[in-house]
Amino acid sequence: MIQAIAFYLFAIVVLVSAAMTISSRNPVHSVLWLILAFFNAAGLMVLVGAEFIAMLLVIVYVGAVAVLFLFVVMMLDIDFTELRAGFVRYFWIGFALALALVSEIIIAVKAWSVGGIDIANRVAPVNPDVPNIQAIGHLLYTRYLFVFEGAGLVLLVAMIGAIVLTMRHRPDARKQRIHAQVSRRAKDAIRKVDAPVGQGVEL
Amino acid sequence: MIGLVHYLVVSAILFTMGVLGIFANRKNLIVILMAIELILLAVNLNLVAFSAYLHDLVGQVFAMFVLTVAAGEAAIGLAILVIYFRGRGSISVDDVNRMKG
Repeated sequence: MIQAIAFYLFAIVVLVSAAMTISSRNPVHSVLWLILAFFNAAGLMVLVGAEFIAMLLVIVYVGAVAVLFLFVVMMLDIDFTELRAGFVRYFWIGFALALALVSEIIIAVKAWSVGGIDIANRVAPVNPDVPNIQAIGHLLYTRYLFVFEGAGLVLLVAMIGAIVLTMRHRPDARKQRIHAQVSRRAKDAIRKVDAPVGQGVEL
Repeated sequence: MIGLVHYLVVSAILFTMGVLGIFANRKNLIVILMAIELILLAVNLNLVAFSAYLHDLVGQVFAMFVLTVAAGEAAIGLAILVIYFRGRGSISVDDVNRMKG
């Protein structure tokens, strides 16, 4: 009973906040609704017993991706009212297409049955005695070790790509030149001049 | 326990809302990126639900890899957005076809 209440609560909040994400006027509000959607999706995942993925979703999405979105939204100085132009016109075309898509998916889900799946041939059966995070860790570091390292490589490439894309060299900026500072000697910087009385010194 | 079909319907609606977000926000590239995140969230929800109901952990491992790709995609997408805004002063999708790239 409590499970059903929790499921419907999480499901309704995730759908409402997704709707607000795509329809709110201010992109900052969109990001905040997106964070709410991620939290409630994590709740849905906890309900079926996938605690590790749920916590990972909160940490990665709310802690990293949503903050990145918030940072970019606030950094760019954009007139958000003009970005809304054409929203209503495109919305109804999109709404018709979305309605067709969701009804197709739901009809397919209702018509689907477990038929061909051989339950005995599972790749990694869940052992109820082992905690979820321990089971996933064991699977990740044995069977999926190379895929896991590939995922790390994807993140590395993404990081390098983001840095390379956004870095810019400005020729007018005054930067510190460490080699020039370190190799500077007294004879390069100091000049002794015998100044005549009553006359200035030309520098 | 809640039926698998409930989860599939929720994630189908979530996926469709992501698609609708891409259609409706034709001017705002940031919201389009957020809609893509919603689509990937729906896919993750599907993977986890199937993993739980078939009692097979592989779905959760794959959900983790989807999460990895989603994080990388958000980082690269926002970096492209920033340099696009720096060069043009707007983030409208309609201007993208002038990039000649």
